[in-house]
Amino acid sequence: MPLTVELVTAERVVRVEQGVDVLVVPGSEGQMAILPHHAALMTTLDPGELVMRRAGQEDAFAVTGGFLEVRNDRVTVLADAAEPFEEIDATRAEAARARAEERLRLYREGRAGDVDVARAAAALQRSLMRLRIVQRRRRPGPPRV
Amino acid sequence: MATIRQLKRRIQSVKNTAKITNALQLVAASKMRRAQDRAEQSRPYAQKLRVVLAGLASQSGEDQDAARHPLLVSRPVNNIAVLHITPDRGLCGGLNANMNRSAGTFVAMQHEPVQVVAVGKKGRDFFVRAHVHLAAEFTDLGDYPSQADTLGIARLIIDDYLAGKVDRVYVSFPEFVSTATQRPAIRQLLPIEPPAPVDGVDEAQFADYIFEPSPDVVLAGLLPRYIEMQIYEAILQNAASFQSAQMVAMKNATDNAQDITRELTLTYNKARQEQITKELLDIVGGAAALEG
Repeated sequence: MPLTVELVTAERVVRVEQGVDVLVVPGSEGQMAILPHHAALMTTLDPGELVMRRAGQEDAFAVTGGFLEVRNDRVTVLADAAEPFEEIDATRAEAARARAEERLRLYREGRAGDVDVARAAAALQRSLMRLRIVQRRRRPGPPRV
Repeated sequence: MATIRQLKRRIQSVKNTAKITNALQLVAASKMRRAQDRAEQSRPYAQKLRVVLAGLASQSGEDQDAARHPLLVSRPVNNIAVLHITPDRGLCGGLNANMNRSAGTFVAMQHEPVQVVAVGKKGRDFFVRAHVHLAAEFTDLGDYPSQADTLGIARLIIDDYLAGKVDRVYVSFPEFVSTATQRPAIRQLLPIEPPAPVDGVDEAQFADYIFEPSPDVVLAGLLPRYIEMQIYEAILQNAASFQSAQMVAMKNATDNAQDITRELTLTYNKARQEQITKELLDIVGGAAALEG
Protein backbone atom coordinates (compact mmCIF):
# COMPACT_ATOMS: atom_id res chain seq x y z
CA MET A 1 0.00 0.00 0.00
CA PRO A 2 1.48 3.35 -0.96
CA LEU A 3 1.86 6.20 1.48
CA THR A 4 -0.62 8.90 2.29
CA VAL A 5 1.25 12.11 2.98
CA GLU A 6 -0.10 15.20 4.70
CA LEU A 7 2.09 18.27 4.63
CA VAL A 8 0.69 20.91 6.97
CA THR A 9 1.88 24.13 8.56
CA ALA A 10 0.27 26.24 11.25
CA GLU A 11 -1.08 28.51 8.54
CA ARG A 12 -2.39 26.13 5.94
CA VAL A 13 -2.63 22.62 4.59
CA VAL A 14 0.10 22.67 1.98
CA ARG A 15 -0.59 19.34 0.34
CA VAL A 16 -2.39 16.10 0.97
CA GLU A 17 -1.27 13.37 -1.39
CA GLN A 18 -2.28 9.76 -1.68
CA GLY A 19 -0.45 7.02 -3.47
CA VAL A 20 3.04 8.29 -2.71
CA ASP A 21 5.67 5.63 -3.41
CA VAL A 22 8.69 7.33 -1.89
CA LEU A 23 8.96 10.29 0.43
CA VAL A 24 12.37 11.90 0.84
CA VAL A 25 12.71 14.20 3.84
CA PRO A 26 15.49 16.24 5.46
CA GLY A 27 15.58 14.48 8.85
CA SER A 28 17.65 16.09 11.57
CA GLU A 29 19.82 12.97 11.62
CA GLY A 30 20.31 13.11 7.89
CA GLN A 31 18.26 12.83 4.74
CA MET A 32 16.04 9.81 4.61
CA ALA A 33 13.63 8.12 2.27
CA ILE A 34 10.41 6.70 3.63
CA LEU A 35 8.91 3.75 1.84
CA PRO A 36 5.60 2.00 2.42
CA HIS A 37 5.49 -0.26 5.50
CA HIS A 38 7.86 1.95 7.40
CA ALA A 39 8.01 1.41 11.15
CA ALA A 40 6.25 3.98 13.35
CA LEU A 41 8.58 6.93 13.51
CA MET A 42 8.67 10.38 15.01
CA THR A 43 11.51 12.67 14.05
CA THR A 44 12.51 16.31 13.86
CA LEU A 45 13.27 17.87 10.49
CA ASP A 46 15.98 20.27 9.41
CA PRO A 47 15.53 22.90 6.73
CA GLY A 48 15.72 21.19 3.37
CA GLU A 49 13.96 19.67 0.45
CA LEU A 50 11.05 17.30 0.77
CA VAL A 51 10.19 15.19 -2.27
CA MET A 52 7.07 13.14 -2.92
CA ARG A 53 7.39 10.61 -5.71
CA ARG A 54 4.47 8.75 -7.18
CA ALA A 55 3.81 7.09 -10.51
CA GLY A 56 6.70 8.76 -12.29
CA GLN A 57 5.72 12.14 -10.95
CA GLU A 58 7.72 14.17 -8.53
CA ASP A 59 6.69 17.04 -6.27
CA ALA A 60 9.33 19.01 -4.43
CA PHE A 61 8.80 21.28 -1.42
CA ALA A 62 11.02 23.50 0.64
CA VAL A 63 10.51 23.00 4.37
CA THR A 64 12.20 25.02 7.08
CA GLY A 65 12.13 22.40 9.79
CA GLY A 66 9.43 20.76 11.84
CA PHE A 67 8.33 17.25 12.68
CA LEU A 68 7.44 14.10 10.86
CA GLU A 69 5.33 11.23 12.01
CA VAL A 70 4.94 7.93 10.23
CA ARG A 71 2.35 5.43 11.30
CA ASN A 72 0.53 2.76 9.34
CA ASP A 73 1.60 4.22 6.00
CA ARG A 74 0.23 7.60 6.99
CA VAL A 75 2.84 10.31 7.07
CA THR A 76 2.15 13.64 8.72
CA VAL A 77 4.65 16.44 8.28
CA LEU A 78 4.19 19.30 10.73
CA ALA A 79 6.36 21.89 9.05
CA ASP A 80 7.27 25.30 10.48
CA ALA A 81 6.94 26.65 6.96
CA ALA A 82 6.63 24.82 3.67
CA GLU A 83 6.07 25.74 0.07
CA PRO A 84 5.94 23.87 -3.21
CA PHE A 85 9.16 24.46 -5.08
CA GLU A 86 7.24 26.29 -7.84
CA GLU A 87 6.31 28.91 -5.27
CA ILE A 88 9.82 29.56 -4.02
CA ASP A 89 10.72 33.18 -4.54
CA ALA A 90 14.36 33.05 -5.60
CA THR A 91 14.76 36.82 -5.45
CA ARG A 92 13.49 36.91 -1.90
CA ALA A 93 15.67 34.01 -0.87
CA GLU A 94 18.67 35.72 -2.42
CA ALA A 95 17.90 38.91 -0.52
CA ALA A 96 17.51 36.94 2.71
CA ARG A 97 20.85 35.24 2.10
CA ALA A 98 22.61 38.56 1.54
CA ARG A 99 21.03 40.00 4.67
CA ALA A 100 21.98 37.03 6.83
CA GLU A 101 25.55 37.00 5.53
CA GLU A 102 25.89 40.69 6.20
CA ARG A 103 24.74 40.20 9.78
CA LEU A 104 27.13 37.35 10.35
CA ARG A 105 29.99 39.35 8.85
CA LEU A 106 29.25 42.27 11.18
CA TYR A 107 29.25 39.89 14.09
CA ARG A 108 32.57 38.30 13.11
CA GLU A 109 34.14 41.71 12.88
CA GLY A 110 32.79 42.45 16.30
CA ARG A 111 30.99 45.53 15.05
CA ALA A 112 27.47 44.66 16.05
CA GLY A 113 26.83 43.38 19.53
CA ASP A 114 23.08 43.08 19.09
CA VAL A 115 23.15 40.60 16.22
CA ASP A 116 21.30 37.44 17.07
CA VAL A 117 23.82 34.97 15.70
CA ALA A 118 21.66 31.90 16.01
CA ARG A 119 18.83 33.60 14.16
CA ALA A 120 21.06 34.92 11.42
CA ALA A 121 22.67 31.52 10.97
CA ALA A 122 19.25 29.88 10.79
CA ALA A 123 18.07 32.46 8.26
CA LEU A 124 21.18 31.84 6.19
CA GLN A 125 20.57 28.11 6.27
CA ARG A 126 16.96 28.54 5.16
CA SER A 127 17.79 30.90 2.30
CA LEU A 128 20.62 28.70 1.06
CA MET A 129 18.30 25.71 1.17
CA ARG A 130 15.70 27.48 -0.96
CA LEU A 131 18.29 28.67 -3.45
CA ARG A 132 19.79 25.19 -3.72
CA ILE A 133 16.41 23.67 -4.46
CA VAL A 134 15.66 26.30 -7.09
CA GLN A 135 19.02 25.85 -8.76
CA ARG A 136 18.81 22.10 -8.90
CA ARG A 137 15.22 21.94 -10.04
CA ARG A 138 15.35 24.61 -12.68
CA ARG A 139 18.38 23.17 -14.44
CA PRO A 140 17.52 21.31 -17.64
CA GLY A 141 17.92 17.55 -17.57
CA PRO A 142 16.35 14.82 -15.49
CA PRO A 143 15.66 15.88 -11.93
CA ARG A 144 17.88 14.34 -9.31
CA VAL A 145 17.15 13.97 -5.65
CA MET B 1 -42.46 69.85 17.70
CA ALA B 2 -39.79 69.77 15.05
CA THR B 3 -40.35 71.81 12.00
CA ILE B 4 -40.77 70.18 8.61
CA ARG B 5 -37.39 71.38 7.51
CA GLN B 6 -35.71 69.94 10.61
CA LEU B 7 -37.43 66.61 10.06
CA LYS B 8 -36.25 66.50 6.49
CA ARG B 9 -32.69 67.13 7.53
CA ARG B 10 -32.84 64.44 10.21
CA ILE B 11 -34.14 61.85 7.77
CA GLN B 12 -31.30 62.55 5.39
CA SER B 13 -28.76 62.32 8.17
CA VAL B 14 -30.07 58.98 9.41
CA LYS B 15 -30.09 57.66 5.86
CA ASN B 16 -26.46 58.64 5.44
CA THR B 17 -25.54 56.87 8.65
CA ALA B 18 -27.35 53.77 7.44
CA LYS B 19 -25.33 53.84 4.23
CA ILE B 20 -22.08 53.84 6.18
CA THR B 21 -23.08 51.11 8.61
CA ASN B 22 -24.35 49.02 5.73
CA ALA B 23 -21.04 49.37 3.90
CA LEU B 24 -19.13 48.44 7.04
CA GLN B 25 -21.38 45.44 7.50
CA LEU B 26 -20.59 44.15 4.02
CA VAL B 27 -16.87 44.70 4.46
CA ALA B 28 -16.91 42.91 7.83
CA ALA B 29 -18.87 40.02 6.35
CA SER B 30 -16.33 39.39 3.64
CA LYS B 31 -13.38 39.81 6.00
CA MET B 32 -15.05 37.48 8.47
CA ARG B 33 -15.29 34.77 5.86
CA ARG B 34 -11.60 35.06 5.15
CA ALA B 35 -10.66 35.18 8.80
CA GLN B 36 -12.73 32.07 9.49
CA ASP B 37 -11.12 30.39 6.55
CA ARG B 38 -7.69 30.99 7.98
CA ALA B 39 -8.75 29.58 11.32
CA GLU B 40 -10.05 26.54 9.46
CA GLN B 41 -6.76 26.09 7.61
CA SER B 42 -4.75 26.04 10.81
CA ARG B 43 -6.85 23.34 12.41
CA PRO B 44 -5.19 20.18 11.01
CA TYR B 45 -1.79 21.31 12.29
CA ALA B 46 -3.20 22.17 15.70
CA GLN B 47 -5.07 18.92 16.01
CA LYS B 48 -2.10 16.80 15.07
CA LEU B 49 0.18 18.67 17.44
CA ARG B 50 -2.28 18.12 20.28
CA VAL B 51 -2.55 14.40 19.64
CA VAL B 52 1.20 13.92 19.44
CA LEU B 53 1.84 16.04 22.51
CA ALA B 54 -0.82 14.30 24.56
CA GLY B 55 0.71 10.94 23.72
CA LEU B 56 4.29 12.02 24.28
CA ALA B 57 3.77 13.92 27.48
CA SER B 58 1.82 11.14 29.13
CA GLN B 59 4.74 8.88 28.35
CA SER B 60 7.81 10.84 29.25
CA GLY B 61 6.37 12.67 32.25
CA GLU B 62 5.16 10.74 35.23
CA ASP B 63 7.99 8.57 36.46
CA GLN B 64 10.91 11.00 36.19
CA ASP B 65 9.63 14.31 37.48
CA ALA B 66 13.08 15.84 37.85
CA ALA B 67 13.97 15.33 34.22
CA ARG B 68 10.82 16.96 32.87
CA HIS B 69 11.03 19.77 30.43
CA PRO B 70 10.97 23.22 32.11
CA LEU B 71 7.89 24.27 30.12
CA LEU B 72 5.99 21.41 31.75
CA VAL B 73 7.14 21.94 35.33
CA SER B 74 4.75 23.75 37.61
CA ARG B 75 6.60 25.88 40.17
CA PRO B 76 5.49 28.06 43.09
CA VAL B 77 3.67 31.07 41.70
CA ASN B 78 5.19 34.46 42.53
CA ASN B 79 4.36 36.36 39.37
CA ILE B 80 1.63 35.97 36.81
CA ALA B 81 1.42 37.14 33.23
CA VAL B 82 -1.77 37.52 31.23
CA LEU B 83 -1.62 37.66 27.47
CA HIS B 84 -4.67 39.75 26.68
CA ILE B 85 -5.75 39.54 23.05
CA THR B 86 -8.31 42.03 21.75
CA PRO B 87 -9.15 43.81 18.51
CA ASP B 88 -7.47 47.06 17.54
CA ARG B 89 -10.70 48.80 16.64
CA GLY B 90 -14.18 49.29 17.97
CA LEU B 91 -17.61 49.41 16.31
CA CYS B 92 -18.07 45.78 17.20
CA GLY B 93 -20.82 45.86 19.79
CA GLY B 94 -19.96 44.71 23.27
CA LEU B 95 -16.97 42.58 22.28
CA ASN B 96 -14.25 44.86 23.62
CA ALA B 97 -16.17 45.74 26.76
CA ASN B 98 -16.82 42.06 27.49
CA MET B 99 -13.19 41.14 26.86
CA ASN B 100 -11.85 43.86 29.11
CA ARG B 101 -14.33 43.15 31.86
CA SER B 102 -13.47 39.46 31.84
CA ALA B 103 -9.71 40.04 31.88
CA GLY B 104 -9.97 42.91 34.34
CA THR B 105 -11.91 40.80 36.82
CA PHE B 106 -9.48 37.94 36.36
CA VAL B 107 -6.48 40.16 37.02
CA ALA B 108 -8.12 41.73 40.06
CA MET B 109 -8.81 38.27 41.53
CA GLN B 110 -5.17 37.16 41.53
CA HIS B 111 -3.22 37.34 44.77
CA GLU B 112 0.15 37.55 43.07
CA PRO B 113 1.46 40.51 41.07
CA VAL B 114 0.19 40.42 37.52
CA GLN B 115 1.75 41.83 34.40
CA VAL B 116 -0.13 42.10 31.15
CA VAL B 117 1.08 41.53 27.63
CA ALA B 118 -1.46 43.26 25.43
CA VAL B 119 -2.19 42.32 21.86
CA GLY B 120 -4.55 44.85 20.29
CA LYS B 121 -5.18 48.48 21.13
CA LYS B 122 -8.49 48.08 22.91
CA GLY B 123 -7.08 45.78 25.58
CA ARG B 124 -3.92 47.81 25.89
CA ASP B 125 -5.82 51.04 26.47
CA PHE B 126 -7.99 49.36 29.06
CA PHE B 127 -5.06 48.17 31.16
CA VAL B 128 -3.24 51.47 30.77
CA ARG B 129 -6.32 53.20 32.19
CA ALA B 130 -6.54 50.61 34.97
CA HIS B 131 -2.89 51.20 35.89
CA VAL B 132 -1.92 47.57 35.51
CA HIS B 133 1.72 46.87 34.66
CA LEU B 134 2.06 46.34 30.91
CA ALA B 135 5.08 44.21 30.11
CA ALA B 136 4.70 44.54 26.36
CA GLU B 137 2.20 45.47 23.71
CA PHE B 138 1.66 44.33 20.17
CA THR B 139 -0.74 46.26 17.97
CA ASP B 140 -1.66 46.62 14.32
CA LEU B 141 -1.37 42.96 13.45
CA GLY B 142 -3.87 43.59 10.67
CA ASP B 143 -7.03 41.78 9.67
CA TYR B 144 -5.26 38.58 8.73
CA PRO B 145 -2.26 38.10 11.01
CA SER B 146 0.31 35.64 9.71
CA GLN B 147 1.98 33.11 11.92
CA ALA B 148 5.26 34.96 11.52
CA ASP B 149 3.63 38.02 13.12
CA THR B 150 2.78 36.02 16.20
CA LEU B 151 6.09 34.23 16.72
CA GLY B 152 7.64 37.23 18.45
CA ILE B 153 4.84 37.20 21.01
CA ALA B 154 5.38 33.52 21.73
CA ARG B 155 9.10 34.11 21.98
CA LEU B 156 8.64 36.85 24.56
CA ILE B 157 6.27 34.76 26.66
CA ILE B 158 8.49 31.69 26.62
CA ASP B 159 11.64 33.68 27.37
CA ASP B 160 10.03 35.44 30.32
CA TYR B 161 8.82 32.14 31.67
CA LEU B 162 12.14 30.37 31.29
CA ALA B 163 13.96 33.34 32.82
CA GLY B 164 11.72 33.00 35.89
CA LYS B 165 10.17 36.46 35.50
CA VAL B 166 6.74 34.89 35.57
CA ASP B 167 5.66 31.53 36.91
CA ARG B 168 2.30 31.18 35.29
CA VAL B 169 0.93 32.55 32.05
CA TYR B 170 -2.68 32.85 30.98
CA VAL B 171 -4.11 33.84 27.66
CA SER B 172 -7.34 35.83 27.42
CA PHE B 173 -8.99 36.00 24.01
CA PRO B 174 -12.46 36.21 22.43
CA GLU B 175 -13.36 32.64 21.66
CA PHE B 176 -15.16 32.35 18.35
CA VAL B 177 -18.22 30.21 19.05
CA SER B 178 -20.31 31.25 16.08
CA THR B 179 -21.03 34.32 14.01
CA ALA B 180 -23.51 35.45 16.62
CA THR B 181 -21.57 34.41 19.73
CA GLN B 182 -18.08 35.28 20.91
CA ARG B 183 -17.17 34.40 24.45
CA PRO B 184 -14.30 35.84 26.49
CA ALA B 185 -12.07 32.87 27.30
CA ILE B 186 -9.14 32.56 29.69
CA ARG B 187 -6.81 29.58 29.42
CA GLN B 188 -3.57 28.63 31.04
CA LEU B 189 -0.62 28.72 28.66
CA LEU B 190 2.31 27.96 30.93
CA PRO B 191 3.28 25.69 32.49
CA ILE B 192 1.92 23.53 29.73
CA GLU B 193 -0.83 21.22 30.78
CA PRO B 194 -0.63 18.53 28.16
CA PRO B 195 -3.88 18.28 26.22
CA ALA B 196 -6.18 15.53 27.37
CA PRO B 197 -5.86 12.41 25.26
CA VAL B 198 -8.16 12.62 22.29
CA ASP B 199 -10.92 10.10 21.93
CA GLY B 200 -10.09 7.19 19.74
CA VAL B 201 -6.36 7.70 20.04
CA ASP B 202 -4.50 5.03 21.88
CA GLU B 203 -2.32 6.63 24.51
CA ALA B 204 0.21 3.86 24.38
CA GLN B 205 0.55 4.17 20.64
CA PHE B 206 3.76 6.11 21.05
CA ALA B 207 5.39 3.33 23.03
CA ASP B 208 6.58 1.50 19.95
CA TYR B 209 7.74 4.57 18.05
CA ILE B 210 11.25 5.12 16.83
CA PHE B 211 12.32 8.57 17.93
CA GLU B 212 15.00 10.46 16.13
CA PRO B 213 17.11 11.85 17.68
CA SER B 214 15.33 10.93 20.98
CA PRO B 215 11.93 11.35 22.63
CA ASP B 216 13.24 14.18 24.79
CA VAL B 217 14.59 16.14 21.83
CA VAL B 218 11.33 15.69 19.94
CA LEU B 219 9.34 16.79 22.99
CA ALA B 220 11.62 19.78 23.55
CA GLY B 221 10.97 20.82 19.96
CA LEU B 222 7.23 20.28 20.19
CA LEU B 223 6.56 22.23 23.38
CA PRO B 224 7.51 25.73 22.18
CA ARG B 225 5.60 25.07 18.99
CA TYR B 226 2.58 24.14 21.03
CA ILE B 227 2.73 27.54 22.71
CA GLU B 228 3.23 29.26 19.35
CA MET B 229 0.31 27.37 17.92
CA GLN B 230 -2.00 28.25 20.83
CA ILE B 231 -1.13 31.93 20.59
CA TYR B 232 -1.56 31.91 16.82
CA GLU B 233 -4.92 30.19 17.18
CA ALA B 234 -6.08 32.69 19.80
CA ILE B 235 -5.08 35.57 17.55
CA LEU B 236 -6.90 34.03 14.59
CA GLN B 237 -10.00 33.62 16.73
CA ASN B 238 -9.68 37.22 17.81
CA ALA B 239 -9.66 38.30 14.17
CA ALA B 240 -12.66 36.15 13.29
CA SER B 241 -14.54 37.25 16.42
CA PHE B 242 -13.92 40.91 15.73
CA GLN B 243 -15.16 40.72 12.16
CA SER B 244 -18.31 38.81 13.02
CA ALA B 245 -19.06 41.02 16.03
CA GLN B 246 -18.62 44.04 13.81
CA MET B 247 -20.81 42.56 11.13
CA VAL B 248 -23.61 41.85 13.61
CA ALA B 249 -23.26 45.25 15.28
CA MET B 250 -23.38 47.03 11.94
CA LYS B 251 -26.37 45.00 10.81
CA ASN B 252 -28.23 46.06 13.96
CA ALA B 253 -27.21 49.65 13.39
CA THR B 254 -28.46 49.54 9.80
CA ASP B 255 -31.75 48.00 10.90
CA ASN B 256 -32.19 50.60 13.60
CA ALA B 257 -31.43 53.41 11.19
CA GLN B 258 -34.06 52.06 8.83
CA ASP B 259 -36.63 51.92 11.64
CA ILE B 260 -35.88 55.49 12.58
CA THR B 261 -36.12 56.58 8.95
CA ARG B 262 -39.52 54.97 8.70
CA GLU B 263 -40.82 56.68 11.84
CA LEU B 264 -39.40 60.03 10.88
CA THR B 265 -40.85 59.81 7.40
CA LEU B 266 -44.25 59.12 8.91
CA THR B 267 -43.96 62.11 11.21
CA TYR B 268 -42.75 64.23 8.32
CA ASN B 269 -45.68 63.27 6.10
CA LYS B 270 -48.15 63.94 8.88
CA ALA B 271 -46.67 67.36 9.52
CA ARG B 272 -46.73 68.13 5.83
CA GLN B 273 -50.34 67.03 5.52
CA GLU B 274 -51.27 69.15 8.51
CA GLN B 275 -49.69 72.22 7.03
CA ILE B 276 -51.45 71.76 3.71
CA THR B 277 -54.74 71.35 5.53
CA LYS B 278 -54.05 74.47 7.52
CA GLU B 279 -53.24 76.46 4.39
CA LEU B 280 -56.37 75.20 2.69
CA LEU B 281 -58.47 76.23 5.66
CA ASP B 282 -56.88 79.67 5.57
CA ILE B 283 -57.68 80.04 1.88
CA VAL B 284 -61.21 78.80 2.32
CA GLY B 285 -61.73 81.03 5.36
CA GLY B 286 -60.32 84.05 3.47
CA ALA B 287 -62.55 83.41 0.47
CA ALA B 288 -65.62 83.03 2.73
CA ALA B 289 -64.80 86.30 4.46
CA LEU B 290 -64.58 88.14 1.14
CA GLU B 291 -67.85 86.72 -0.12
CA GLY B 292 -69.64 87.47 3.17
